[in-house]
Amino acid sequence: MSEQATIEKQLDRQFGDAILTHQSTKDDVPTLWVEKARAKEVLAHLKNDIDQPYKMLYDLTALDERDREHRDGQPDSQFTVLYHLISFDRNSDVRIKVPLDDKYPHLDSITDVWPASNWYEREVYDMFGVNFDGHPNMRRLLMPKTWEGHPLRKEHPARATEMGQFELPDWKHDREQQAYEFKPEEWGMKRQTEDADFMFLNLGPQHPGTHGVLRMILQLDGEQLVDSVPDVGYHHRGAEKMGERQSWHTYIPYTDRIDYLGGVMNNFPYVLTVEKMLGIEVPDRAKVIRIMMAELFRIASHLVWYGTFAQDVGALSPVFYMFNDRERILKIVEAVCGDRMHPNWFRIGGVAQDLPEGWEKMVQDFVDYMPKRLKEYDSLVMKNKIFQARTVDIGAYDTEEAIEWGITGPGLRATGLEWDWRKKRPYGGYDQFEFDIPTATNGDSYDRGVVRVEEIRQSLRIIQQCIDNMPSGDYKSDHPQATPPRKEQTMQDIETLINHFVNVTWGPRVPAGEAIVSVEASKGVNGYYLVSDDSTRSYRTRIRVPSFPHIQMVPLISRGHTVADLLAILGSVDFVLADLDR
Amino acid sequence: MITSAHTVLAALGVLLGVFTIAPGLIWLERRLLAVWQDRYGPNRVGPFGILQVVADMIKIFTKEDWVPPFADKPVFIIAPTIIMLSTLMSFAVVPVGPNIGVIDMNIGLLFFLAMSSMGAYSVVLAGWASNNKYSLLGGMRGASQMISYEVFMGLSLLGVVLMNGSFNLREIVLAQEGMWNVIPQFFGFLIFLLAGLAESHRLPLDVPEAESEIIAGFHSEYSGMKFGMFFVGEYIGVTLVSAMIATLFFGGWLGPWFPPIVWMLIKTFAFICLFILLRASLPRPRYDQLLSYGWKVMLPLAILNLMVTGAIVVATTG
Repeated sequence: MSEQATIEKQLDRQFGDAILTHQSTKDDVPTLWVEKARAKEVLAHLKNDIDQPYKMLYDLTALDERDREHRDGQPDSQFTVLYHLISFDRNSDVRIKVPLDDKYPHLDSITDVWPASNWYEREVYDMFGVNFDGHPNMRRLLMPKTWEGHPLRKEHPARATEMGQFELPDWKHDREQQAYEFKPEEWGMKRQTEDADFMFLNLGPQHPGTHGVLRMILQLDGEQLVDSVPDVGYHHRGAEKMGERQSWHTYIPYTDRIDYLGGVMNNFPYVLTVEKMLGIEVPDRAKVIRIMMAELFRIASHLVWYGTFAQDVGALSPVFYMFNDRERILKIVEAVCGDRMHPNWFRIGGVAQDLPEGWEKMVQDFVDYMPKRLKEYDSLVMKNKIFQARTVDIGAYDTEEAIEWGITGPGLRATGLEWDWRKKRPYGGYDQFEFDIPTATNGDSYDRGVVRVEEIRQSLRIIQQCIDNMPSGDYKSDHPQATPPRKEQTMQDIETLINHFVNVTWGPRVPAGEAIVSVEASKGVNGYYLVSDDSTRSYRTRIRVPSFPHIQMVPLISRGHTVADLLAILGSVDFVLADLDR
Repeated sequence: MITSAHTVLAALGVLLGVFTIAPGLIWLERRLLAVWQDRYGPNRVGPFGILQVVADMIKIFTKEDWVPPFADKPVFIIAPTIIMLSTLMSFAVVPVGPNIGVIDMNIGLLFFLAMSSMGAYSVVLAGWASNNKYSLLGGMRGASQMISYEVFMGLSLLGVVLMNGSFNLREIVLAQEGMWNVIPQFFGFLIFLLAGLAESHRLPLDVPEAESEIIAGFHSEYSGMKFGMFFVGEYIGVTLVSAMIATLFFGGWLGPWFPPIVWMLIKTFAFICLFILLRASLPRPRYDQLLSYGWKVMLPLAILNLMVTGAIVVATTG
């Protein structure tokens, strides 16, 4: 607290009038409104000039404020651009908001302060129509080049049925085709040097090695990668826009589909954020159930990574063993949640149901079975000399670069920084568990693997503690806003009946305010920044996903390597396109 | 007349044998991989799925014979036939039994090496004619890999030639009656095994067609029977290399109790299974790693093996 108070005071002293106001939020992140003209200066100051600086640009997004009714004390603004910074030295965050009073506003780009802001600014431009002056490539990121309008603006329709009939006449077809053409000059790339022509290779969006619809355009000199441009957005489904027309409760299944390998791991930050805004305290049993399921999904996700990584490097068999083991986890998930990949299991205030009979044996069997397999996989994959030759020193970066580029999760820990949200900022009851944070030293493809493999072991440890210490009690809070409300009392008195009726039909009404809660998901840190306008729906749902910055960094770490290495790097980064594009 | 009729019969017999074994390998490989990977593999068509091959072949034969409009048409069509022809020609010199074989050539071994060099053309031309960047990368990789590995493939066999004093495969087999070549020529065997693996470009040395990197490399654009020729050609290549290992290092048809041809088949199949096992268990080295390993480790080793063998041969016979 005092840490946060001092940074607020410090900024007030330093920048005086430029700081328009302080806003209090539900998540207690110091939130300062900064004048547009000096925003960049404040951000650069926070990054470069203070002790224990805020080195990581954790998130950069915007809000269309034009339909918002509850904005007490906030400066006038039609569009607000929001920067979320993290200081690892302080273990604390700061949020800078910049009000923009224009229909299609302009703002200075901060790409020269944080290169990582490149994609974030493009996304904001794409979604809101906010222009960033001085950005090297101010063009759309997720939507097709030919798209008209900016989807997250309030006037943009959310449903296809509101947009008129879809037609694809020849001229439109040709236009779409041409939009995919890659022009190296647009990206500042040369087509040739004095003595050689470069080959531009279009990799994806359909390619066996990219794990989904990622498109990368490679500038090749022989097989050597000179540079590359990722083209993303093929998996964009407008998850953030959907948040604005679903009730707080009915949005939960959509979160499952963000990182589709993470299952309940996606529900976690979302329900935690809503609970924070509602002030719901979750019962212990629900907490432990959540942690157990989340850790099972972490293992499942890591197993998919393990197998596909080995396959990217050319090992044919491991993926079958690992999917086999993942199947055992999904069997448990099926028994507990009734569904497999998209369990839709967490609820505002707890989980959907209590654990089924016999769950201890199922989970215990798995925890007993897995370590032996892991040992086998070590000798099959991680200790294999060819595998090591393919991954050691490939795609390496150090801690400083990782923070600069917004890398979190195993990719950050592989550089040696012992930083895990579950330990450093315990959420959902993780402070009650004993486990280690695995780290490695070189930050290369191999080390990212080492960290993940060890994380599987640590997750098993956590799950064992869940089995041994599962508290008795309720699986859902009896807070009136818990959704759907518990039914035991409904037929007994009129108050709970009304509550039940309202919460089932409308869902809970969240008081005006905003908050973000981040969790250590399997691929990095995943957070939901939610804004409520005192309504049964969210006013803005921002999903901060790990795959986004991780893929943004790939061209940087793959430069100078070969095509084969690029695939090893992509495998080691462990991303999900649905997570990136949302 | 009798000899020529015998030759024609033997040629047809060997051709038929190869054409039965190679597609059969598709089934064998898929089943074996499945066993090693904890899954079923093809088990629907016929007993144990053995008719899967027939189903595959019907499908491949009835597919549209399509040449991409941007391809170099004549070369595109010729490329897959080269690999089929060159591997099949090599079988002419393989002695299946004491009296069975298409031709008894006194430069049999050289003929085999020459034919396997021809195989490189198939990959390069296919990669070039497809006019596709992935194919081009695959063709380039294929060319450099096969050319580098050919060099010490030949050198690794010279030890055998020195010891047995002949290029004739039949005489090499007969010379192994006392002791299989694999014992004195163990390094030669290892090097030839690796070179053979590279020549047939199968996982782990399948860099010309590395699926996760360059889709299917040189044969990305091929479909229907033209793809089928690459596909079956690969299996014929595996059979050929296995048969050559059996012939050169493991005494060919020699062996007690069974008729000679059975021994030859047993030995050949043992190595085919070894190739499949290697595919199931190893990741793929990078293309430049493969080349530098070839030139910096295997080539000196092959030369050393040759020199030591030569010295011993000179010392013992001299």
